[in-house]
Amino acid sequence: MTLLQGKGVSKGVTSGPICFFQRPGNDIAKVSVSDIEAEKARIREAQEKSMAQLEALADKAREETGEDTAILFETHAMFVEDDDYVDTILSTLEDEECCAEYAVKVAGEQFSAMMAAMEDEYLRARAADIKDVTRCILNNLMGIADGGIDSDVPVILAADDLAPSETLQLDKSKILGFITQGGSGNSHTAILARTMGIPAICALGDSLTKEYEGRVAYIDGAAGTVTLDPDEQALAAYEEKARKQAELRALMDEMRGKEDVTLDGREMMVYCNIGSPDDVPAVLQNDGQGIGLFRSEFLYLAASDYPSEDEQFKAYKKVAEAMGGKRVVIRTLDIGADKQVAYFNLQKEENPAMGVRAIRICLNRPEVFRTQLRALYRASAYGKVAIMFPMITSVWEVRECKKACQAVMTELDAEGIPYNRDTEIGIMVETPASVFIADALAKEVDFFSVGTNDLTQYTLACDRQASDLGRFFDPHHPAELRALKIAADAAHAAGIWIGICGELGADLSLLETFLAIGIDELSVSPSSVLPLRAKIRQTTAGTCTAELLDC
Amino acid sequence: MKEFTYTITDPLGIHARPAGLLAKAAKAYADTTVTVAKDGNAVKASQLMKLMSLGVKQGNVVTVTAEGPQEDEAIAAMETFFKENL
Repeated sequence: MTLLQGKGVSKGVTSGPICFFQRPGNDIAKVSVSDIEAEKARIREAQEKSMAQLEALADKAREETGEDTAILFETHAMFVEDDDYVDTILSTLEDEECCAEYAVKVAGEQFSAMMAAMEDEYLRARAADIKDVTRCILNNLMGIADGGIDSDVPVILAADDLAPSETLQLDKSKILGFITQGGSGNSHTAILARTMGIPAICALGDSLTKEYEGRVAYIDGAAGTVTLDPDEQALAAYEEKARKQAELRALMDEMRGKEDVTLDGREMMVYCNIGSPDDVPAVLQNDGQGIGLFRSEFLYLAASDYPSEDEQFKAYKKVAEAMGGKRVVIRTLDIGADKQVAYFNLQKEENPAMGVRAIRICLNRPEVFRTQLRALYRASAYGKVAIMFPMITSVWEVRECKKACQAVMTELDAEGIPYNRDTEIGIMVETPASVFIADALAKEVDFFSVGTNDLTQYTLACDRQASDLGRFFDPHHPAELRALKIAADAAHAAGIWIGICGELGADLSLLETFLAIGIDELSVSPSSVLPLRAKIRQTTAGTCTAELLDC
Repeated sequence: MKEFTYTITDPLGIHARPAGLLAKAAKAYADTTVTVAKDGNAVKASQLMKLMSLGVKQGNVVTVTAEGPQEDEAIAAMETFFKENL
């Protein structure tokens, strides 16, 4: 029996074969070959596969995201068979007598460098398209599966850690659980796992090696263990847990369709956090009452250039319509810090958590902000959309955001485009500054949503990405809970609602404290909705105390 | 040889999407060579990347030629294409 111990970041047990996430390396060596004709045949085969894949992607995009993206993929397919590009590959092959991979790499570099040297900004940006196409051909040459998972059956996906753009491309139907060498409870893999309601274990370190590829593992997300070849005792323990998990799931199924109300009649809005329109089925399946946080970053992270207004509009509209009149709070762009997007050309910062991120980028780049706001307001005609601004520290920022909204509404009026004039506007309370001036901010907006992950980081001066802060990083710290109370009191004094959209919202041990403070909404991973509902329905709000606020 | 000149009206010029469509349209006339020239630099219309790297923008004047057995059909198709897409 082999037992690997890591940190459990998403609960649940599962078993299945381990499959390592395939990430193409950048270092392709020049290997000499004698049979040039064989290499040419390999290239032809890779080209044909690439074109078929790109055309399939175009068809998928045409159905899901629209004509613009579809044409982009079709153009990529044409790049694959472009005469000059192919000539360069073939002449490199003949002149250098090298392997197909190297020849493709050289051609890709030459053409993307040529584009990157163009005067025209639009054409310069096309260098990224050529890199994408080259990558696609290389993946086919090297047998690297698209989407990173080379398996026909569902697997436990292993990786060092996954970047946000990588988690977006994963074929989620193939994943039973995640095990990673690095990462933390706040890493993107962990967040994705909780959204999907599947186990995840991170910080396994070097104990997780490629030798385990294909071996059947038993993982336990609560204990943080990965077991291979379990002995009889361990297998029995696993099966017992799996049985309990199935029982609990059945119990949770009974919670579907019930109201989120305490024994003494206090209602709580239980909403969901989502990262893309793909997560909406999970929300509906778990009976979330609405969406309390729709992170709009996915549109920017998955793209190689600024997403257009239409692309954004379609994504927001899709979610608003799918939720059928239930509230959908969409957070405007929150990049910077741990989420980087190459084409934004953000300056490298010593301390990005305190740098130009989120609303600061939007206020500095009015055109980027305007495009998103136009898409959001247009989508507001198709459901109950609310707009939320992240990382607010000052009243003037909120006023500038509102002014930008006003300008967009005036434009839409002039163009005769429908939208909802009464679209709610709210802010994230996630900086100590916003807590201290919560009374003034509450007068400006329709709701507050507390981002506890960042609020804890800034309040306790503890980096949320660091994995070794241990006992110093205490999300239950009285300072954090008191901050919540200050914000809640300010919200209620101004007659607006307050919710929590950070990880803390799903912490069942804090539910009584939240009820005592007067939190109106909890936005959690879809998989946390039903357990939270079960707990709410067993609790009496009137007897809850705020004793955890004492030091 | 047949030819015509055309002033680009598309705000983005011959960008990726129309370049792709143009290359495809030109390839339909296998034995006929279709070229696009700007400021004396001529490229084959079927060469997608070279076509894009001409950097043709709104307001630029391009000369399109066709030479070969199907030059009449090809030039007519190109004229229609430029008017509709660029």
